[in-house]
Amino acid sequence: MPSYVITEKCDGCKGQDKTACMHICPNDLMVLDKETMKAYNRDPKMCWECMCCVKICPQQAMAVRGYADFVPLGAQATPLRGSEDIMWTIKFRNGTLKRFKFPIRTTPEGTAVPDGGFKTDPAADDLKSPLLMSEPECLYVDSLPTL
Amino acid sequence: MTLKSTDFETVEVTTDLLIIGGGMASCGATVEAAYWAKKNNIKVTVVDKAAMDRSGAVAMGLSALNQYVGMKAKGRSPADYVNYVRQDLMGVSREDLVFDIARHVDGTVHLLEKWGLPIWTDADGNYVFEGAWQLMINGESYKIIVAEAAKNAMAELGDAGEIYERVFITEPLMDGDKVAGAVGFSTRENKFYVFKAKAVFCAMGGAVHVFKPRSTGEGFGRSWYPPFNSGSSVYFMMKAGAEHTCQEVRFIPVRFKDAYGPVGAWFLLFKSRATTALGGEYMVENRAELDKWAPYGLVKPIPANLRNWLMMMDTSTGKGPAYMRTEEAIKAIVDSEPDPKAQKKRLKEVESEAWEDFLDMTISQAILWAGTNTAPEEKPSELQACDPYFIGSHSGASGAWLSGPEDLQTAESKADYFWGYNRMATTKGLFAAGDASGASSHKFSDGSHAEGRIAAKAAIAYIVDNNTQPNVDAGQIEATKKVTLQATDVFAESCEQTTDPDINENYIIPEQYMYRLQKIMDEYAGGVIANFSTNKPLMDIGLELLTFLQEDSEKLAARDLHELLRAHECLHRTMQAQTHIRTMYAREETRWPGYYFRADTPKMDDANWLKFINIKLENGEFKMIDRKIHTIC
Ligand SMILES: Cc1cc2nc3c(=O)[nH]c(=O)nc-3n(C[C@H](O)[C@H](O)[C@H](O)COP(=O)(O)OP(=O)(O)OC[C@H]3O[C@@H](n4cnc5c(N)ncnc54)[C@H](O)[C@@H]3O)c2cc1C
Ligand code: SF4
Ligand code: SF4
Repeated sequence: MPSYVITEKCDGCKGQDKTACMHICPNDLMVLDKETMKAYNRDPKMCWECMCCVKICPQQAMAVRGYADFVPLGAQATPLRGSEDIMWTIKFRNGTLKRFKFPIRTTPEGTAVPDGGFKTDPAADDLKSPLLMSEPECLYVDSLPTL
Repeated sequence: MTLKSTDFETVEVTTDLLIIGGGMASCGATVEAAYWAKKNNIKVTVVDKAAMDRSGAVAMGLSALNQYVGMKAKGRSPADYVNYVRQDLMGVSREDLVFDIARHVDGTVHLLEKWGLPIWTDADGNYVFEGAWQLMINGESYKIIVAEAAKNAMAELGDAGEIYERVFITEPLMDGDKVAGAVGFSTRENKFYVFKAKAVFCAMGGAVHVFKPRSTGEGFGRSWYPPFNSGSSVYFMMKAGAEHTCQEVRFIPVRFKDAYGPVGAWFLLFKSRATTALGGEYMVENRAELDKWAPYGLVKPIPANLRNWLMMMDTSTGKGPAYMRTEEAIKAIVDSEPDPKAQKKRLKEVESEAWEDFLDMTISQAILWAGTNTAPEEKPSELQACDPYFIGSHSGASGAWLSGPEDLQTAESKADYFWGYNRMATTKGLFAAGDASGASSHKFSDGSHAEGRIAAKAAIAYIVDNNTQPNVDAGQIEATKKVTLQATDVFAESCEQTTDPDINENYIIPEQYMYRLQKIMDEYAGGVIANFSTNKPLMDIGLELLTFLQEDSEKLAARDLHELLRAHECLHRTMQAQTHIRTMYAREETRWPGYYFRADTPKMDDANWLKFINIKLENGEFKMIDRKIHTIC
């Protein structure tokens, strides 16, 4: 399959012109069928199983069924991505369940400050200087090494 | 209604710096460019074929930052990193570029941490190293965080900062020997885009699906390298006249079989061994072979391609499969704990770390383990060499030939390695980083980001020094528009002649074209089926077949925007194939036996071939150029 959409759960992102899964798939695979208002993967054989679509779907209408050419049926990896961590449920073919939770970021969403709060040496203002934004402070050494 | 080129509206965008690609290198370039653009009143435009939050090789996340020099933490110098890379690439690397990335990369890592990337620390608050140079991270949202910093930086530019997502770049625009922008099309609306710029930064990643993958059918997309990077960097920059280097240095990772889950944590963090079916440890039993590849084979760590080679010696003589001895490694870790309670706790930790390693960057591997009821503490898992990829930022080296920084040149290197602006290609105004930049391997995700930052600042300096909008005549825009949209007309003209639109004498659909390219490369250029080996007569046939394919590329047909994207990916992959075969052909020796083996010239020959073999397009013809290797430290 690789990624697939569960008919019952998909609401076509409520008829918006850009569905979440279409927006995010790095390989341009997800499309919305305008008649049924349900999304589908138009070319599963080019799917990387990256699950970007699965993680972003607001209805949890997407999942991945392991590649048919080498994965025995019955396994499932289900992510639940929050603002600070991600919870994974792994279902084995033999029914074993495992759960893992991992942090995903240490700052609130949207708050990344480009220069990280580091000072930039005024000498860097010379555009020919090899010093970059936030340097040398962000290097944690006194100066930028050279030969 | 069938889509035709006349259905497209032309949209023109004029900017100062055009950043193409939205991956690790481009996000680094964007954050840095915005900073200097603001101070110097410069416009910046970023274009990505996907959504920057999840585009490129880091879409899924990563579980390690593979380059950390630790100038403070470990007291190491960039020169130490140069020594490592020089050996790993069998003597062939641009030491000025490697040194440069190494001296800036710690800064990128510390920025990533401030932005919110969770980097593992120990009880004393020090980073946890996976291996000598790698830091462990909780990297599920790595790409989102990096894109966020880039977007926040662009927001500070107001109207002078624009981001276009879902625009696929097809061709460069030129003003004589200077780059003047790029054209492309929207994959969502019938729009042809013309971006005019004073400087262009190119980082559209490397390439996969140039060779036939091992996976088949529905699993076709399971390559280690993401199927969405298709050689756009090499195509774009070759078409812009830029010289390229190390196009023969493909990368073949050894990974867990089929799903290609990462092995770094197992080898480095969990100290696992790899053995073959008959129980032997190929890194020990085949050690004598390393003498043949001296001096590089005799250093530690043993170069990646030679580690591959020692494994392939066993698997190709029927001693496969190779195994990662996960059960052994876990037992050793657990046994080192003092009592059963501590052992149980440690087992749980290792289990969680092992699964996170997969879930953060190769979820398929987690699904495969679950689908085969694999408990790593009970049984080993198979390893395998994947298929060939072009990823100059990792353990391959393919990419553009770029100017280095002035202050890292020796008296000898300067004439060969420096031409005015750091990371500028041999084409004026064209800059690159990450997978698009050659001979500077082992920069990985964070080093690519750092290299993007280096290149962006230099590009701003170039714009300030050359602050006039280049000329692009209307004829060039018409010509590139035709090339960009032609496949829609090819389809529209003939599609009604047959009852099955996929099969038609007058055209070839991108999917079938891709299979043809892959078959040529697999059989004649040392793919999986050829056991990664080739020779001159094989490559002669391959080149002839590529010529036919190149001719047929005029007949690529596309019925919609998605297929048009696939058609251009095919063209881009063909350029990667051309430069790869031609460079392997020119190098009459075998230098990276675990990446490819030239059976007609099976030995490494430092006396004649310790040099770069570069390639460029001149008046539509491929031209080979030799370049010297300089040691700088
Ligand atoms: C499976 C895997 C595991 C890895 N593991 C690690 C690791 O653990 N640690 C580590 O540090 N590094 C790791 N790397 C390496 C790291 O991912 C790369 O070094 C890094 O992504 C290179 O950055 P880049 O910007 O050159 O390319 P990418 O990040 O791949 O970006 C390419 C960009 O170009 C865009 N693009 C492509 N074609 C076009 C076009 N025609 N028009 C417009 N845009 C286009 C793409 O959408 C994307 O935005 C790994 C790589 C892979 C594949
Ligand atoms: S994101 Fe989910 S709900 Fe929205 S269209 Fe896609 S599958 Fe349907
Ligand atoms: S799993 Fe990844 S490649 Fe596949 S459809 Fe979803 S987002 Fe696209």
